[in-house]
Amino acid sequence: MWNFIKPRGGNLWLWQVGLLLALFAFWHVMTVPGLIPPMMFDNDSQAAFFFGEPLKVAERIWAWFVADADIYQHLGVTLAETMMAFAVGAGLGLGGGLWLALAPMASAILEPYIKAMNAMPRIILAPIFSVWFGLGMGSKVALGVTLVFFIVFFNVYQGVKEVSPVVLANARMLGADRRQLLRHVYLPSATSWVFSSLHTSVGLAFVGAVVGEYLGSSQGVGYLILQAEGSFDINTVMAGIVVLTAFALVLDSLVGKAEKHLMKWQPKSGETEKL
Amino acid sequence: MTAALTLQDVACTFISKDQPGQRYTAVREVNLTVAAGEFVSVVGPTGCGKSTLLNVGAGLLLPSTGSVTVFGQPLVGINQRAGYMFQADSLMPWRTALANVSAGLQFHGVAEREAAGQADDWLRRVGLGGFGDRYPHQMSGGMRKRVSLAQTLVLDPDIILMDEPFSALDIQTRQLMENELLEIWQAKKKAVLFITHDLDEAIAMSDRVVVMSAGPGSRPIGDFPIDIERPRDVAEIKTSPRFLQLHRAIWEVLREEVLKGYQQQLKAA
Repeated sequence: MWNFIKPRGGNLWLWQVGLLLALFAFWHVMTVPGLIPPMMFDNDSQAAFFFGEPLKVAERIWAWFVADADIYQHLGVTLAETMMAFAVGAGLGLGGGLWLALAPMASAILEPYIKAMNAMPRIILAPIFSVWFGLGMGSKVALGVTLVFFIVFFNVYQGVKEVSPVVLANARMLGADRRQLLRHVYLPSATSWVFSSLHTSVGLAFVGAVVGEYLGSSQGVGYLILQAEGSFDINTVMAGIVVLTAFALVLDSLVGKAEKHLMKWQPKSGETEKL
Repeated sequence: MTAALTLQDVACTFISKDQPGQRYTAVREVNLTVAAGEFVSVVGPTGCGKSTLLNVGAGLLLPSTGSVTVFGQPLVGINQRAGYMFQADSLMPWRTALANVSAGLQFHGVAEREAAGQADDWLRRVGLGGFGDRYPHQMSGGMRKRVSLAQTLVLDPDIILMDEPFSALDIQTRQLMENELLEIWQAKKKAVLFITHDLDEAIAMSDRVVVMSAGPGSRPIGDFPIDIERPRDVAEIKTSPRFLQLHRAIWEVLREEVLKGYQQQLKAA
């Protein structure tokens, strides 16, 4: 019996799902009023008030997606903000990183400013952005952009600095001019670094969007959470968190797919097949 | 007839970036001529500035003094008429073998289809037909060198600079590649400046072998014409009496320098 259920490659997902179910079961048992005598709290319903109940959370999610089907608009807004923040931030980071890596004087002048801006807790810019760009999508995108920009920027900067001098000299001997070097040597080398940071930067774009919504907005999943929190509806807050987590996972797997496709020139270890 | 490549009174002094006072003269008083269609090898102990010379000839490095002339014209910037085969891996890892070979053509504005056709042709010539869609990390060291060779030769340069191109290969692959190179050279008769630390290789391949003294400040101290008839097979030629004779003569000069170079490295360590 044990041999059959022992964790191994083949039944890995079973264990993963099992662990999730166990967590939900634990949550359920600990929070549903009257199921077990209260241990930490004075009365039965306090645990449910603070931690929510998984069944009610599931009910809420069901209502969002199927019964009322009213979450799609909010999800769409949050995802659109994430995408725009990522696209703009990555584009600016790529451009800025390439420029500063190839212009040593400009990079020397700007160095302390870049360090300062990177060290600054940039989430704190959110209130300023809502003043500048209003409560709509603009301020969320701006916040996401500041988060994404620096990740991509530093990776590209590093990537250009670490272009193999031999590959560079070779391209020059093959007749590449400055523009061609940028297009065919620096850029591909830098993109590999962008992709290595892609998981982080897409995640941060998502963080920027949700945090921006949470701090003040009229739509988006962060807005739903903010509303629910205002009325102490902990089940809806939890439901929002679950939905966000699920979508973060989906985004991450999409990034993984894109990476696999675009980075197939990079060596991977262990490409042999056991026959 | 004008020489393909001439280095005249070339000296290269490097300044340490951290300590500007510290200088290192790699080569000095170098006079070296490669005639059009001539195969010249440069041998010398390690660290004698062989690669420095090649970089000067390629226009990648500006000599401290002296001048470089390419087919009678003073060299400005990159040497457009030269192809350079590097010692280290120089392929672009994000391009397939075919795209790597066609890169030079692409840089020169050749149409994509035409470039791919020529690249494919050269890949086949170096024995890699059918490997065009492989990325460099999917190929062995020997295959990567072949791609490098095709990448350099597809542009049909008048001068070919080679920096220990086969030093990282095992002996069998190496002999195959050497014979292939000789065959291609025989057909095209380009000027070749070939850097190696392997005297056997130098004699077997070249029309002329130049011996460098031990660094720092190394310079050519011997110039030996290799009068062995072609076509040659690099494996067979090594047992011929003339080869052994030449080998002995050059080694006589080289040995002392190798020992000197070794002593200097010991001192520095």
